[in-house]
Amino acid sequence: MKALDRKLLRDLWKMKGQAAAIALVIVSGVSAFIMLISTMTSLNLTRDKFYREYGFADVFASLKRAPDGLKHRIREIPGVRDVETRVVAGVKLDISGFEEPVTARLVSVPDKGSAHINRLYIRRGRTVDAFRDDEAVLSEAFAEAHGFVPGDRLGAVINGRWKTLTIVGIALSPEFVMQARPGAISPDYKRYAILWMGRDALGTAYGMKGAFNDAVVSLEDGADSGRVTAELDRLLDRYGGLQAYTRKDQISNRFLSEEFRQLQRSAEIFPTIFIAVAAFLLNVVINRTVSTQREQIAALKAFGYSNAAVGIHYIKLVFLIVLIGSAGGIAAGVYLGRGLGRIYMEFYRFPYLLYELKPSVAALAVFVTFAAALAGTLRSVQKAAGLPPAEAMRPEPPALYRKTLIDRLGLGRFLSQPGLMIIRNIERRPVNSLLSITGIALSYAIMLGGTFFTDAFDFMIDTEFKRSRKEDMTVVFTDPTSGRAVYELMGLNGIEYAEPFRSVPVRLKSGHKSYRTTIQGIAPGNRLYLPLDTDFKPIKLPPDGIVLTDYLGEILGVKAGDTLTVEALEGTRPVREVAVARLASQYIGVTGYMDLTALNRMMREGGAISGAYLTVDELHQKEIYRSLVEMSRVSGTVVRKDEIKNFYATQAEVLLFFTFIASLLAGTIAFGVVYNSARIALSERSRELASLRVLGYTRLEISYILLGELAVFTLAAIPLGFVIGRALCAYIARSLSSDLFRVPVVVAPATYSLAAAVVVVSAWFRA
Amino acid sequence: MTSKDVVFRVKDLTKVYEMGEVKVHALRGVDLYLYEGELVVMLGPSGSGKSTLLNILGGLDTASSGTVKYRGRALSKATEQELTEYRRFHVGFVFQFYNLIPSLTARENVAVVTEISKRPMKPEDALALVGLGERLDHFPAQLSGGEQQRVAIARAVSKNPEVLLCDEPTGALDFSTGIVVLEVLERINRELGTTTAVITHNADIAGMADRVVHLSNGLISGININTVKKPPSELRW
Repeated sequence: MKALDRKLLRDLWKMKGQAAAIALVIVSGVSAFIMLISTMTSLNLTRDKFYREYGFADVFASLKRAPDGLKHRIREIPGVRDVETRVVAGVKLDISGFEEPVTARLVSVPDKGSAHINRLYIRRGRTVDAFRDDEAVLSEAFAEAHGFVPGDRLGAVINGRWKTLTIVGIALSPEFVMQARPGAISPDYKRYAILWMGRDALGTAYGMKGAFNDAVVSLEDGADSGRVTAELDRLLDRYGGLQAYTRKDQISNRFLSEEFRQLQRSAEIFPTIFIAVAAFLLNVVINRTVSTQREQIAALKAFGYSNAAVGIHYIKLVFLIVLIGSAGGIAAGVYLGRGLGRIYMEFYRFPYLLYELKPSVAALAVFVTFAAALAGTLRSVQKAAGLPPAEAMRPEPPALYRKTLIDRLGLGRFLSQPGLMIIRNIERRPVNSLLSITGIALSYAIMLGGTFFTDAFDFMIDTEFKRSRKEDMTVVFTDPTSGRAVYELMGLNGIEYAEPFRSVPVRLKSGHKSYRTTIQGIAPGNRLYLPLDTDFKPIKLPPDGIVLTDYLGEILGVKAGDTLTVEALEGTRPVREVAVARLASQYIGVTGYMDLTALNRMMREGGAISGAYLTVDELHQKEIYRSLVEMSRVSGTVVRKDEIKNFYATQAEVLLFFTFIASLLAGTIAFGVVYNSARIALSERSRELASLRVLGYTRLEISYILLGELAVFTLAAIPLGFVIGRALCAYIARSLSSDLFRVPVVVAPATYSLAAAVVVVSAWFRA
Repeated sequence: MTSKDVVFRVKDLTKVYEMGEVKVHALRGVDLYLYEGELVVMLGPSGSGKSTLLNILGGLDTASSGTVKYRGRALSKATEQELTEYRRFHVGFVFQFYNLIPSLTARENVAVVTEISKRPMKPEDALALVGLGERLDHFPAQLSGGEQQRVAIARAVSKNPEVLLCDEPTGALDFSTGIVVLEVLERINRELGTTTAVITHNADIAGMADRVVHLSNGLISGININTVKKPPSELRW
């Protein structure tokens, strides 16, 4: 090894504390990047493989009822490769020993041969026997949640008839990677299941022999999906077709895509902050190293080392630190990536997880880090390389101090001499001071950005499930029913109040923009379901016109007073121009609201309802569940409290993981910045401070001078961090917004305090 | 002596430093020849310009005006790269404060130079030459001042330089250690024939020189030739 390289290693060893602090910041940045990107690419890879091998459909359509012969017409649509017609229905399940309402989606599998589209991955057992009407394949997540194995039985109410089904297999499907009830924002494995049964058996049960109510289509490569869906819509129109949609709008796939978007965005934001901080710290440290090694540099040059050789020597030092940090970051990133992947596998049900870290991703992380580090230290390296040897021989001139702003304002006399030293030192190097403050502020911001989800979700749940909704449970009927059904419900023992609602699938159009959703008809004098205005006050629905979720207003580009076209996709499918009465604030999903009577009028139907919101006497709750399971026109029941409970249960692990990672990352930044500031201050001013000791200052008073500066930095960083953190939260929330859900920018005071505490503790722990 | 033996030819050399708004005239027109194999002591008080002269001769600094020729090549017109080459292959430096690299052992401090030289000695041999053959693996902090300066001398001569430039080599040392260092310099000059220039403000050292150049206020105020050179061991101060 060259003597100069030996010097490098020993120099590095000597500054090991500082180098380690910087390397740790790099480890954080690189590992966050690797973790997020590798999780994203792994899920992506897994998804693509699963979709490809199990024939995930390209286009989806549901309808009222059409004869099987239509299948051939669909296949003839240009661009269609294959089509499969199915019978799909919502059912109630009765799980012995589990007293809460459970609903399921029942999907038919072809009797002859295996499906070409949306094939099942059978994890255990087998698929159903075509000639048995009492066999079913159960989705894995649900089976796991209840401990079902092939051979177990469960009760189901299929088209109003009670039936005992034998579970013959446990399966996964590309169609239900994310198994959430329509309208829910998180999966509920205990209360929502997917069941697959033979086509013939289901056809018989639902009066669909030789007919179908759902079609899935695969497309030729390069086919125009827009034209296929339009053609399909035209074909299915007279059979009660709801708008056909592509993968992009398929709910399970939507959730996955949103997740990828979120991971990608996080991978852009967080690592960038770390790399920037690392570059700044390297700049400070290398600058200081060059200053202390002036005479050595002079000697090297005197002996004929070129400027480039000296420059490269210091670049190697930077490179070594980056290398150590990147290597640690990649290792930690892979470890965390696998952990995050496992957590995601709880949400997204794939048969397997193909973990992959592309070498190019790791290389990119190292390259970007090194480039940033180089950019950060270039000035110091140039200073070393360009140092004229004769000048370097002389010791560095004393630092230039001036009277500070505080002195000029005449406030200096209120400060002690050590106080003045602190202030002047901060003011002497405003850029470095500002960068140190920004560094600590960024750690605060990261802490906020990583933990505000908890508050945001609390607020979201509070608004959606507590302020806007007051019911105990929601009952949905199999078909629109006469309003009298409410009295039937009211007749059940223990039901205190029932509020009917009508839910109509519609296509809303404004100009060239259109969106498929439902209009919720709210009963006049509503007490249980209360759409909220933008001040979170209940909206009194107007007798005419429609109230839209604010986000839906954005999507359609309409505001209160505008008119939009409503195409109902049910019943006689009327098309109407409706005025937008106002916008409602809503975080989950997007909907239109109308007065129930107005909606019935628009649909040209009598007092039809789709279901009801109920309040019940808790004492009779179990009895009510049972009665509802037995009522043939009830297709499903959802309990509000269960929804909330389930949301937290499913999100808790993810939130905990992110809070933990964010605290760790924020801690490393605060630690890195403060530790380096302290070390540099100590090294720059050791003589000065030693002189003060000679003059009779105590150790404590000396510490005050040194730590006072850091305390000023830390305290100044908190308000700045607050601003940056708030902006970061807003940016994250904004970038995660979709029609599925919007994250409110809400940060509870406790979170601010927690973040501040983490930063201050990391800072002082270090100092 | 013939002109062939001239190593340095300095003509009308000036150097002006700008220190903030003040101009400092370090050299005000120096004319000087240095000859092959001689040991020259440049004597003068602080601020006389002797360090500036040495730095310019060594290619560490450039002149404001005038010419410096090293074996016929004009250093005053050399590029940065040419000066680096010049320092790398022709000059050995010894500094007042040794300028050793604290993180390297004695042997490694010498190796820093031998690794980039054309015909270097082995670091061990160079250290043996200054009487430090037994302390090869000591770090600077483990060596006395005199030992450190001898490492610095070993480092300077290890490349077999044609000129050895020493800036106050005994300035930081006590008398007896200083004598040891001067003996090493004298021996190298005698045995290797390396042209050696020593600058000092200590007039007593002048006794060991072939010629003594007196500097004051940026000018040469006189040159003495010692007909009898004293061995360093006889020097007293």
